[in-house]
Amino acid sequence: MIRTFILLFLITFSIQIIAQQIEVCPTCKIKSIKEAVKKAKKGDRIVIKSGTYFETGIIIDKSLKLSGIGNPIIDGKNKGEVITIVADSVEVSGLTIINVISSFTQDDAAIKVKKANHFSIHDNTLKNVFFGITVQKSHHGLIENNTIASNATQEYNSGDGIHLWYSSDIEVISNKVSGLRDGIYLEFVSNSSVSKNYSSKNVRYGLHFMFSNNDKYTDNTFKNNGAGVAVMFSKKIKMFRNTFAKNWGSSSYGLLLKEIYDAEIEHNFFDQNTIGINVEGSTRIDYKNNDFINNGWAVKISGACYENKFNRNNFISNAFDISCQSKLNSNMFDQNYWSEYTGYDLDKNGIGDVPFRPVKLFSYIADQTPEAIVLLRSLFVDIINFSEKVSPVFTPDNLMDKNPLMKKIK
Amino acid sequence: MFKILKYSFFDLMRSRWSYVYFLFYLLLGFVLLFLNNDVSKAIITLLNIIIVIVPLIGTIFGIMYYYNSREFTELLLAQPLKRTTIFLGQYIGLSVSLSLSLLLGLGIPFLVYGLFESSEIWNFASLIIVGVFLTFIFVALAMNIALSNENRIKGFGYAILVWLFMAVIYDGLFLISLMLFNDYPLDKFSLIISMFNPIDLSRILILLKLDISALLGYTGALFNKFFGTNWGMFISFFVLSCWIVIPAWIIVYKSMRKDF
Repeated sequence: MIRTFILLFLITFSIQIIAQQIEVCPTCKIKSIKEAVKKAKKGDRIVIKSGTYFETGIIIDKSLKLSGIGNPIIDGKNKGEVITIVADSVEVSGLTIINVISSFTQDDAAIKVKKANHFSIHDNTLKNVFFGITVQKSHHGLIENNTIASNATQEYNSGDGIHLWYSSDIEVISNKVSGLRDGIYLEFVSNSSVSKNYSSKNVRYGLHFMFSNNDKYTDNTFKNNGAGVAVMFSKKIKMFRNTFAKNWGSSSYGLLLKEIYDAEIEHNFFDQNTIGINVEGSTRIDYKNNDFINNGWAVKISGACYENKFNRNNFISNAFDISCQSKLNSNMFDQNYWSEYTGYDLDKNGIGDVPFRPVKLFSYIADQTPEAIVLLRSLFVDIINFSEKVSPVFTPDNLMDKNPLMKKIK
Repeated sequence: MFKILKYSFFDLMRSRWSYVYFLFYLLLGFVLLFLNNDVSKAIITLLNIIIVIVPLIGTIFGIMYYYNSREFTELLLAQPLKRTTIFLGQYIGLSVSLSLSLLLGLGIPFLVYGLFESSEIWNFASLIIVGVFLTFIFVALAMNIALSNENRIKGFGYAILVWLFMAVIYDGLFLISLMLFNDYPLDKFSLIISMFNPIDLSRILILLKLDISALLGYTGALFNKFFGTNWGMFISFFVLSCWIVIPAWIIVYKSMRKDF
C-alpha cells in the first residue's frame, strides 16, 4: 500500500516538472471547466478560481489535477452528473458542487470515478446531491476531507454519500456525510479502510458493508442515523474505536451484523442506541474492550451465532444487557464489567466470586413472545426478574460470565 | 356536600398521615434528583414508584379513613343530611387531599431542580395527572370495600388483595395468557387487556410518552398508533374516568341501602 503511494507520488512529481497550469475564472480567457479539460494535456493542472460555474457532464479522460482556489461553485442545476473521472491518476480538490439531483433512475453523482485507478478526491464540498462520490471498478484511491450534505427523507428516492462498488485499496478518511441514504456504502470492496469519518442524520445507515472482505473501519462517529452501521455478508472486517450514538427509534440500532465471519470489534463506544449490536448470524467474532452505555439492548442476538467471544467489555445502565432467542452454543463471556452485577469479591482480586447471568428472564420471555414487552417496567416483571436472578430456572444456564469484574474498565 | 368535603379535607390536612405522605414524596423527589440530577431520568424512575405506591397508599388511606371516622359518620347520619352528600363528600375530600400531597411533594423538588427550564414538563404533568387518577380510583375501591365489610381486619385484607391483584397478579395472568396463546396474533388482545387495568393503562400511557417507548418495538408502534391519536387518548381517559365513576356510584348506591 505505502509502496504504491510512494510510486504514485514519484510519478506525479516527475510529471509536475513539465506540467502546465491552466486557469479558469469568469473573467479569464478560459471561462468553462469543460473547455479547460479539453485544452489540457496529460498531467496538467487546472486551477479553478472563485465564481459560479453552471456545468454538467465534465468528463476527465486524461490524468489531470483539478484544484479549486477561493471556493469555486459548480452548480449542476439538477441536469445530470457533474464530474466523471475515467482516467488514471486524477486529483480533484477544493471544489463545491451543488444541485445534482436529476432523475432517480440514473444514479447521478457529483463526482463519479469509473474504472480509474490512483485517484484522489479531497477537500470538496458537495451539497444537495443524489449520490455524492461514486467509485466503480477502481482501485488505489483516496477520498479525504470532503463534506457531503443533502436532505434525503425517504430511502427509495435518495442516494449514498460515498458509494464504492467493485473496488479495492480505497481510503476514505475524515469525511463528513449527512442527510443521505447511506453515509458510506461499500459493496464488493476489499482491502479498504474507512477512518475518522463523521456520518450523521442519514436515512438508512451511517456506514454499510455488503459482500466486502478484509476491510477496516476505525475512529468513525455514527450519530442519529436510521441505523448506525450495517455489516452484511462480509469476512474479516476490523472495527476499532468507533462511536455509535443515539441511533434511537423502534427499529434502530448501532451496529447490525448479518452473516459475518472472523470480525474484530474492539474499543468501540455504544451510547444511547435502542439496540447496541444486533447480531443475526455471526461466527468467530471477538468483542473486546467495548463500552455499552445506556442502550435499550446492549447486544441482541438472534439466529445462529457460534464461537463469539466477549472479553473485557463494559455493560453499564442498559435496559437489557444480552438477549438471545436460542441457546448460545460455545459463546464465551469472560471478564466483563456489568453494572447490574450484585455479587461480592471476598478475596479482593477484582473478580466477582459469583458468576453473572446477563440474560434477564423478562428479556428471554420478550424474545419468545414479543407482545410481552408491553409489560416492561411493571412490578410483576421486576419480581420475576429478581426471583430468576436468585435461582435461575428458565434462562440458559451455560450463558454466564464466570469472572465478572468488580470495577469498570477504563 | 361541599361543607362535608371541606370538613374532610381540612380534617385530613391537620392529620399526621397527610404530612407523612407529603414528606415521603418530598424526600423521594429530592433523593432521586440528588442521585442522578437529570430530570428526565428521574421521571422514568418515578414512574415505577408512582404506579406501585400511589395505588397502595390510596387503598390503605381510603380504608383507614373510613374506619377511623366511622363514629363521626354516624353522627352526621343523625343530622338532616343526604347520605349521598356525606359519603361523596368524604370520598372527594380524601382523594383531593391525597392528590395535593402528591402534587406538592413531587412538584417542589422538581421545581427546585429546574423543571420549567427542561423539556420534560409535559411528561411530568402527565405523570402527575395519572397519579391523581390512580389516587381517585383506589380510594373509591377502598371505600367500597370498607362499606361492605364491618370487620376491619377483613376490610384491610380485601383492600390489600385488590391492590396486589391490580399491581402484580393481573400482569402475571396477562403474561401467562400471552405465552399460552403465543401462536395467535396478540397485539389487539394485549391492547384490550391492558385497557382493563388502571395501573397497566397508566404505565403504558406514560411509557409511550417517554423516550423509552422505542424499546417496545413493533408492539409499541402499534400501541403508539392507538394511544397517539386523539381517539385513543380519549378512550384511555374515558376508561380511567369509568374506573372513578363506577366505584363512586357504587359507594352512593351502597350507602343508600346500608343499615348503620
